[in-house]
Amino acid sequence: MSTLVTSFLAGMLFAVGLGLSGMTQPAKVVGFLDLTGRWDPSLACVMLGAIAVHAPAYRLIRRRSAPIFAAAFAIPTRRDFDLRLVGGAALFGIGWGLGGFCPGPAITSLPSGHTAVLLFVPAMVAGMYLHTLVEGLQVRRSGIVHPETVSRSPTLPPSPALQYRHDA
Amino acid sequence: MENFTPGASFLGGVLIGLSASLLLLCNGKIAGISGILGGLLRPVRDDTLWRVFFIAGLLAGGAILRLVSPQVFDIALTRSGEVFLLAGLLVGFGARLGSGCTSGHGVCGISRLSPRSLLATLIFMTAGIVTVYIVNTFFGGAL
Repeated sequence: MSTLVTSFLAGMLFAVGLGLSGMTQPAKVVGFLDLTGRWDPSLACVMLGAIAVHAPAYRLIRRRSAPIFAAAFAIPTRRDFDLRLVGGAALFGIGWGLGGFCPGPAITSLPSGHTAVLLFVPAMVAGMYLHTLVEGLQVRRSGIVHPETVSRSPTLPPSPALQYRHDA
Repeated sequence: MENFTPGASFLGGVLIGLSASLLLLCNGKIAGISGILGGLLRPVRDDTLWRVFFIAGLLAGGAILRLVSPQVFDIALTRSGEVFLLAGLLVGFGARLGSGCTSGHGVCGISRLSPRSLLATLIFMTAGIVTVYIVNTFFGGAL
């Protein structure tokens, strides 16, 4: 129950931060990416502000053996580079440059009712769903078990699918 | 640089960092929006409801912003509906394939010095810069 309240509050705080920072204005995002034109460095300040808080907080929080309301931390552990990471980030960047929206600001902008957002968000969810489908096909073909199955059978070694489940 | 808003952007970033820290400290979760949303598309037991509440929080925050300062939702970008659809598809698919987006890689991952997140951020920034360059140079900034 407590985790639901903190999730909601974190979501709200995140949204207000996005709005204040300028991330919900696609023209401003594109202005940041317009390095060779009329560059607006504002979004670098967003990252700077967020990392200035979260990097030290992360170190302090990880001194705890567990989070306050949950049994364990769920933090990605992979350190390898693969084609999925590179290709996924490239596709993401192209979409980001085209529309000026990334997932957080797009969801936050839904209550604005703007047509651009009402088109972007369902397409984004469709893109995510498409990935879930493709991933499911690959898992079935390669015989890698689903993470749900793994967690119920402790004798199986951790599969790539299990690691893959923990997103950044 | 006439639109530069360093103060507001930094402060907004601080709130984002606080949110990510709150979620980690209380729930042990990473505030990666594409991961939180994408996880709902293949639900796992006991790992779904918090995602719904986080997304609901984002929407509630968006609703508050609309009431208090609707100008933060200024689109001001010359793109057709089709381009927004294509952009959405690429962002959704790419974020899932690359295991994260601006928040998960760009903020949370870099904060813990994850090499994967550093590389992903470098790549999506570069891809975005090249895309905007092409749109502005060859299409006059409108698509």
